[in-house]
Amino acid sequence: MAAIRRFWIALTFSGLSVFAFAQDGHEHHEHPHAGQHPPTTAHPADHGGPCGHSINAPKTFNAGDNAVHHISDANVINIIGELYFHLPVILKDERGWTLTTSAAFHPHHHGNGENSHNGYALVHGSVMRLKNERFAEGQHKIDDYTHEEIAGEDGKKKTRYNAVIGGQCVPLEAKTTYDGGILGGGVTSFMDFSITRNVFTMLLTALILFLIFRAVAQAAAKRRGQAPKGLQNFIEPFYTFIRDEVAKPSIGPKYEKYMPYLMSAFFFILGLNLIGQLPIFPGSANVTGNISVTIVLAIITFLISTFSANKHFWEHTLWMPGVPAPLKILILTPIEILGLFLKPFTLLLRLFANITAGHIVILSFVSLIFILGKSGESTGGAAAGIAASIPLTLFMMALELLVAFLQAFIFTMLSATYIGTAIEEPHHDHH
Amino acid sequence: MLFLADFNVLKPEPGLLVWTLIIFGIFWFLMSRFAFKPIGAALKQRETDIQNALDEAKKAREEMANLQAENEKLLQQAREERTQMLKEAKEAAEEYRTEKKAQADQEYRRKVESALMDIENQKQAAIVALQNQAGQLAVEIAEKVLRKELADKAAQEAYAKNLAETIKLN
Repeated sequence: MAAIRRFWIALTFSGLSVFAFAQDGHEHHEHPHAGQHPPTTAHPADHGGPCGHSINAPKTFNAGDNAVHHISDANVINIIGELYFHLPVILKDERGWTLTTSAAFHPHHHGNGENSHNGYALVHGSVMRLKNERFAEGQHKIDDYTHEEIAGEDGKKKTRYNAVIGGQCVPLEAKTTYDGGILGGGVTSFMDFSITRNVFTMLLTALILFLIFRAVAQAAAKRRGQAPKGLQNFIEPFYTFIRDEVAKPSIGPKYEKYMPYLMSAFFFILGLNLIGQLPIFPGSANVTGNISVTIVLAIITFLISTFSANKHFWEHTLWMPGVPAPLKILILTPIEILGLFLKPFTLLLRLFANITAGHIVILSFVSLIFILGKSGESTGGAAAGIAASIPLTLFMMALELLVAFLQAFIFTMLSATYIGTAIEEPHHDHH
Repeated sequence: MLFLADFNVLKPEPGLLVWTLIIFGIFWFLMSRFAFKPIGAALKQRETDIQNALDEAKKAREEMANLQAENEKLLQQAREERTQMLKEAKEAAEEYRTEKKAQADQEYRRKVESALMDIENQKQAAIVALQNQAGQLAVEIAEKVLRKELADKAAQEAYAKNLAETIKLN
């Protein structure tokens, strides 16, 4: 409890003194710059040395890397340039918990930390673990970060990040993910329970939505028997829309029980979709475009519909009446059981894919400026890129606004449909 | 080159899974308790109120129409009653007049009859009186004539004889 309290104090502190921290980071960056820069450029890593390629090495701009970097979750919010909004970092490994803030890593360019902290480093805004016992404690100055292609245990090629500390190559390990190694992740030696950019955005969105709705609920209670006013007029149509167009037709007479969930899901998703469109703060966090978030939401829908399901539903799923038994055992029942799990799967994939795709397209259009400008070499090219990028991005953002509402609506609509199917009463219309 | 390995958004992570569950769970609880239930209740209340108000207005309108119809009916009734009363009064007056006239006629007839009777009586009485007087006068005249005629003896006997003859004829 005390640790948590300390943590929130740290969060508040880091939030309030964001400029101070940024200034601090800047100084760190500026002072060693003169001494650090020449060795970095002259470092053998730049030419594919023992540690691989430096991630800061000058290279051609890669729009794909840029987009992937920006849609990913991060342990720090980059506001602009080297101005950071620091977030709490909560890490769990075999040694126990590590509680700190992202300021401890002194991030500078591209969210790469200037030093390690308690055996961890910040690479591209994400916390990674140093796989070397020598650097497990305290802070160590990190000169550079590199990446190299190595052969994994299963023979497949993997990308590994290294930290260069005092000329020594220290391999870095990513946090635990549950992709089973399919996407290059897997269970590693630590878990990251930090208030990341996505978690922070969720908290912020939930708080904003709660304050808005609390105000509307209070106004509704205070102005009982009077015509609605102000914010009420804006919010209440959403409620009646979800109730009359989604819940009532899909669920039927028992709709009222499921209204709070449908409304919560709708506004949670809508709020996150919309806040993800803001480019400055909280850094266009791609929350609903992260599969972890959509998994949780889809699982909740799955649990609600499964536990609300009546006898009629199970009978029609597991033992469809009026169909010969062999057909049921061989085809129908396996398909129905598969469908039971496919429904939430499509639900989570649809939301994730739509939002991530939108973010990638916007980032790609913005990248046009850098591609045509050859990463700052060609001013004319950059100007042409800007001329092309602005209308395209503007169009895409307008489309994304539509998608934000549409996907929130579709998720709610389909959740209601799944619940409705599960609790549907048998029709007694024998012809 | 780094594309799939760095495509973190497709990798479920324990931290984000847990935080999403916690945050959405709390959000769901707080929103349903402090926002959606009161808002839903208020909306339902308002809808019921509006429906009630509409129903009441309709009822009031119907009542008004009923009232008007009733007024019309009452007026009609009053009019009919008035007509009836007038008619009755007229009839009564007519009847009264007829009766009075009949009475007057009767009275008149009675008076005439009584006058006629009086006249008849008077006439009878006069006739009787006249007869009496005429008889008396005849007796007196006959006495005087007899007295003069029967002054001598022969005349008396002749007369007696004459009378006797008249009686014999009868």
